[in-house]
Amino acid sequence: MRGMLLIARRDLAGYLNSYWGYAVIAAVLLVDGLLFNAIALGNVPKYSAKVIEEFFYFSFGTTVIASILLTMRLVAEERQTGTIVLVDSSPVGSWQLVGGKYLSAMTVLATMVLATVYMPALVFVNGKVSYGHIFAGYTGLLLVAAAVAAIGTFASAISRSQLVAGFTSVVITVALIVMWLLAKVADPPLVDVISYMSLFDKHYRGFMRGQINTEDVVYFLSICFVFLMLASRFMAARRWR
Amino acid sequence: MIEVKGLTRYYGSFAAVQDASFNIEDREIVGLLGLNGAGKSTILRVLAGLQMPSAGTVLVGGIDATVAPDALRRRIGFLPEDPPLYREMRVDEFLRWVGQLKGCTRAEVDAELPRVMETCRLTDSANQVIGELSHGYRKRVGIAQAIIHKPAVVILDEPISGLDPRQIVEMRSVVRALKSFATVLISSHILSEIAQTVDRILVIHRGRIVAEGTEQQLSGSLGDGARLSVIVRGRLDACEEALAKSDLVDGYELTAAGELVSASVTLRGDTREAFVKELVGAGLGVRSVQDAMGELEQIFLELTRAAGAPAALESKQNPVLKRPTEKPVEKPTQKEADA
Repeated sequence: MRGMLLIARRDLAGYLNSYWGYAVIAAVLLVDGLLFNAIALGNVPKYSAKVIEEFFYFSFGTTVIASILLTMRLVAEERQTGTIVLVDSSPVGSWQLVGGKYLSAMTVLATMVLATVYMPALVFVNGKVSYGHIFAGYTGLLLVAAAVAAIGTFASAISRSQLVAGFTSVVITVALIVMWLLAKVADPPLVDVISYMSLFDKHYRGFMRGQINTEDVVYFLSICFVFLMLASRFMAARRWR
Repeated sequence: MIEVKGLTRYYGSFAAVQDASFNIEDREIVGLLGLNGAGKSTILRVLAGLQMPSAGTVLVGGIDATVAPDALRRRIGFLPEDPPLYREMRVDEFLRWVGQLKGCTRAEVDAELPRVMETCRLTDSANQVIGELSHGYRKRVGIAQAIIHKPAVVILDEPISGLDPRQIVEMRSVVRALKSFATVLISSHILSEIAQTVDRILVIHRGRIVAEGTEQQLSGSLGDGARLSVIVRGRLDACEEALAKSDLVDGYELTAAGELVSASVTLRGDTREAFVKELVGAGLGVRSVQDAMGELEQIFLELTRAAGAPAALESKQNPVLKRPTEKPVEKPTQKEADA
């Protein structure tokens, strides 16, 4: 645990000392703000709940992109610069390495996601919004960030370059998002399996509408667990290859 | 301190290290010498716990690398050829972080930091950002990160590569200072540099340890007699006559430069004192007599060339020097040529 926190602390400092973390957060806040004004608020009168729902709809996209951009460097960059040797030659387990990296990325992502809270808060000025709706939406966004960050951590662990890591993350994430398209043409019982894996359509829409379903929470946490475990196993196996 | 038995490491089907066995005593500085691609770095990485052996046993202070790798890593400090440094961190901040990562408490690191800074001559650079340091200073920070947790074994992969002559001299003294508290293993492909720093040399070629011993032992392993580089004052023909008559001399090569004659002499057995008496008796002014250390590179090349045959490893004649059973091919001596 101590090794994990040390790695997380250093990585967090790495984000703060580089332009990359600030640039990604700034870009996400800018795009979120523009989309909130243009799409969620728009020119047509709407119910406040609909405004919030649309806010969480496009925030899904920006959160996914930010998660990929912030995690693709995690391990791949250390491998490129050779600093991975520091951890490899230390009495720190691979799960501590992966956990530390993931924790730092999640801290930045959570800060970024929660920094958008002023937008739904603005709706209070002229509308009426349920706190529960906002809470559910942010829970969903954080779970999406956590799942995609886990995928990004895995992709970074298996890749030699950050670009390859980013590409791998995109491929896995997009595959999970478009599962609902595949489910449309699949036959039972495969359709149930494919439909269940659909990251956005099956498991995120509920959060957008202000619902927190245990099934959805378990799904996102499962993705986190599976990809972090795979990343950890891959890092451990490198010593034997 | 380090016991390696039958170490073999494969990358896919390629054997980077084959059946390597050696021991290193406590507080000894040992050089691992080999050409590029010989397997030096692989051995060091296995010893540092970065990679697991495909076969064989690696014990560091009695700890098996495959059984307790984390315990092994606590006892090892490792500097790869390119120092693993976070360029945006300050020197002292980086060393504190590494120390804690290696398992020390913050208080232990704070207590150790001044000594490490002093050993690596970094005291004046403690607050500097690593990215702004010169190559030589980065190497020193690399060594500092390897010793901040007081390891029993320090492993340095090519610590002098890329350094200028002044930095090399400084680095030598830093490496020697490590001996006061740790066993040191250094790799290099520059024989003359490693020879000035280490107590003993392991020669590796094509993944196999082909020779080990001190510089003198390695030099001697190429022949039964001593090899000397001699400078005398006198005429060339007088010098040649003295050497040709001598029963102590097995071969020689002469070069005249003004009134001085340089001779590269191979003796029959270690008869250096008697040989010098003969030179003086022949009326030659002996200016200088040295072991032919200038030929170190040649020794290394001959050892590795002769070790190309696998049988070279199987020599049991000398337990220290695993020298080839076949003698290296040498040029005919002057005597043979005369005959």
